[in-house]
Amino acid sequence: MIRVQHLSKHFCNVKAVDDISFEVKEHENLILLGTSGCGKTTTLKMLNRLIEADSGEIAINGKSIKGQSPEALRIGIGYVLQNNGLFPHYTVAQNIAIVPQLLKWDKKKIENRTAELLEKLHLSVDYLKAYPPELSGGQQQRVGLARALAADPAVLLMDEPFAALDNVTRSKIHAEFKALDELKRKTIIMVTHDVQEAFELGDRICLMDKGRIVQDGTPAELLFKPKNDFVKEFLKEQRLLLEFKTITVKSLWHLLSNEEIKGMGPGILVDYKVDLWTVLERATFFNAERLNMMNLENKEMKTVSFESLTAAFYQYKKQQAHE
Amino acid sequence: MNEQQSLWEFMRQQSDKLAEQTLQHIGLTFISLFIAVLIGLPLGVFISRRKQFSGGVLGVAGVLQTIPSIALLGFMIPVLGIGPKPAITALLLYALLPIIRNTYTGITGVDAAVKEAAVAMGMSKWQVLFKVELPLAMPVIFAGIRTATVITVGVATLASYIAAGGLGEFIFGGISLNNTNMILAGAIPAAMLAILFDFLLSRLQKLDSKKLKMAAIALPVILILLSSFYLIPKTYATKLKAGFTPEFMGRQDGNLGLQSKYGLHINTVVISDAVMYKAAYQKQLDVISGYSTDGRLKAYGLLVLEDDKKIFPPYYAAPIVREDALQRYPDLENTLNLLAGKINDSTMTALNYQTDYLHQTPERVAKFFLTQNKLFRPARNGNAGIIRIGSKIFGEQYILANMYSMLIKGYTDYDVSTKTGLGGTKICFDALTNNQIDFYPEYTGTGLLTILNPPAKEVAALTLNKDATYRYVADGFDKKYQVKWLKPIGFNNTYALMMRAEQAQKLNIKTISNLKRYLDSK
Ligand SMILES: Nc1ncnc2c1ncn2[C@@H]1O[C@H](COP(=O)(O)OP(=O)(O)O)[C@@H](O)[C@H]1O
Ligand SMILES: [Mg+2]
Repeated sequence: MIRVQHLSKHFCNVKAVDDISFEVKEHENLILLGTSGCGKTTTLKMLNRLIEADSGEIAINGKSIKGQSPEALRIGIGYVLQNNGLFPHYTVAQNIAIVPQLLKWDKKKIENRTAELLEKLHLSVDYLKAYPPELSGGQQQRVGLARALAADPAVLLMDEPFAALDNVTRSKIHAEFKALDELKRKTIIMVTHDVQEAFELGDRICLMDKGRIVQDGTPAELLFKPKNDFVKEFLKEQRLLLEFKTITVKSLWHLLSNEEIKGMGPGILVDYKVDLWTVLERATFFNAERLNMMNLENKEMKTVSFESLTAAFYQYKKQQAHE
Repeated sequence: MNEQQSLWEFMRQQSDKLAEQTLQHIGLTFISLFIAVLIGLPLGVFISRRKQFSGGVLGVAGVLQTIPSIALLGFMIPVLGIGPKPAITALLLYALLPIIRNTYTGITGVDAAVKEAAVAMGMSKWQVLFKVELPLAMPVIFAGIRTATVITVGVATLASYIAAGGLGEFIFGGISLNNTNMILAGAIPAAMLAILFDFLLSRLQKLDSKKLKMAAIALPVILILLSSFYLIPKTYATKLKAGFTPEFMGRQDGNLGLQSKYGLHINTVVISDAVMYKAAYQKQLDVISGYSTDGRLKAYGLLVLEDDKKIFPPYYAAPIVREDALQRYPDLENTLNLLAGKINDSTMTALNYQTDYLHQTPERVAKFFLTQNKLFRPARNGNAGIIRIGSKIFGEQYILANMYSMLIKGYTDYDVSTKTGLGGTKICFDALTNNQIDFYPEYTGTGLLTILNPPAKEVAALTLNKDATYRYVADGFDKKYQVKWLKPIGFNNTYALMMRAEQAQKLNIKTISNLKRYLDSK
């Protein structure tokens, strides 16, 4: 869907982006991950020509982005910024209507679309007439997202969209983000410096450093097949957490066997598609002793103890490392 | 002007003029402001786009604003002449800086994330400007316009210096006529206009963005409307155009007398003495009020029209001396009288021309004149006492003081100390009566009207005859102040109407009555 080839950008003598290439498939969620200053924003902005590349090619749907006017290109690409960039002199409704209005939609259609987005993003219609400064940070960010989605663009670019939010709000929005069906139909490139966020939201991650892509792969690939020490080092601090979040029950399925568990403790039912972190969280919450894993495809069920799940996890890791 | 008049009475009496001047003032302010916005706003936008020009543009606008207003008006005259054009130009130049600067600050101050979002959503450059940058910068831009308005209302009072009207006519007329009511009649409305506009614009600034949008549309309409006040035509137009100083406009022995005694009605603008002569020379004015011995008469080829109905009081110059000094220095009177009858109007004009226009020193001019008239004698360097000479603060008085100084040093054994540049009549005369100087040259008309100030009826009778005036002041000063008027020097430095000599000749106008006849003829 999006193909980037040999893209470079210099600022004076700083190589902000240095000959990078990557591809994003349709409906995929690609994360550009890296420390501050590694060239993520510059890369992102070259995609909608907020910054013109020095060299390299960018094609969306097989067509070079230079084939049309920057304005026409941008109208078809949603853009969400860290500081939301909402127009302070426009109401929430007017903010959401900006792109539809540029596209000259009729009034009714705009109203319907706005109402639909508000509902999907859990915003009350009472806010329609409010001005952005009257909203909380989380609400502003939701409006920012609604604005980017208003004209239903196929591609969404997001630059640290949740970085300015507090932790509680952020994890809430993460959950909503993952659940939002609208976003499942989008090809998304999201920039973040937050490793957890990258692993939680990304189908694929490009880990960047000094203007180059160090590794381009799925979260599991980055974790279990790091290309070099930089990648290992980058993930070291949160490694265990990331592993728990990346590995699903499904991927351990073959290592688990049904057990007879004695004791009176409660059991919980777990969809085998969820990650280990979620299982752990829920088990702790309910103080569960039996974990009833359910393969929803063939309705196979395995009951395991906490200990055997952990053992399977370590075994899996060992296998991955040797593959 | 004996009778004390309340400000209110004055304003009521002059309500026509007051209304006209106020409307002119508003008009002048808003035409300038309107054009300043038309220029300043785009310029501000431009330099916010091309930052490399911002320093230069803001610098030039800043320098313009530091030029003293009078000087700026002065610079305009050679290029744009007199009247509204140079006044509006000068005013708009003053108004530019706050408008350009605030537009620039306002636009560059718009949150970069908001601008970026606008561009990223596919807005064109113009859409970003009109939908995002200008609306968000509007409060700051309004603040700039507000500053500019207050500045312009204030500076517009100076427009009356160059015949562009406005409340300055009252203010500066009042200052030169020492008429407080007149000053206030101009100053109070001017101040109120400034306060009112400031208040209205401050309200505008506080509006929320939606109403602000409406205001941004309404503002140009209001500006144009207010500007049009200035275009209300003058009451009458005549074949010739006159320019009178604010002082002359308000005096019985000035324009009022011209109207009542001669029935002279001429299309008149108010203008400062500083630019009036040149404006006549450049044919922007045909008739001006002036002083009959002004050096610029000669410089610009102007002709004094004879005052055949004697509305201008005689202002014959003569030394006035403390009587105790005359007794103490017995040779003084004869020496001072050496100059009596020696300088007529045209001679004095020529002498003034040499100092004022050719910038020769008064000393050199005085010596040259005395030598030519065989009056000069080298200084005797005596020490029989010191005579203290005073003079007012203009060229003619400096020349006379120098002549007297040379005569005293050459013909007597007295030495001389001079206290020249003693401000106006009041300061000079006080110095004399307080025994700080012994004598100075004074004018009969001034002695009569400014110092003795008899009832209006008596003045009217006295001023018809120069000798009667002289006798009256000589008598009055002697009795009241023990000051003696010596013999007149010969010239009469009075108010006068003047025209370009060549035009007066062509139209066959020699007297003010001739002028009236010409104006009345079809
Ligand atoms: N407009 C610019 N002018 C000069 N240098 C810039 C500009 N934008 C970014 N840079 C530099 O380019 C590098 C990459 O910046 P950026 O893409 O913003 O990094 P990131 O988004 O990963 O933090 C940094 O060293 C930054 O200082
Ligand atoms: Mg960045």
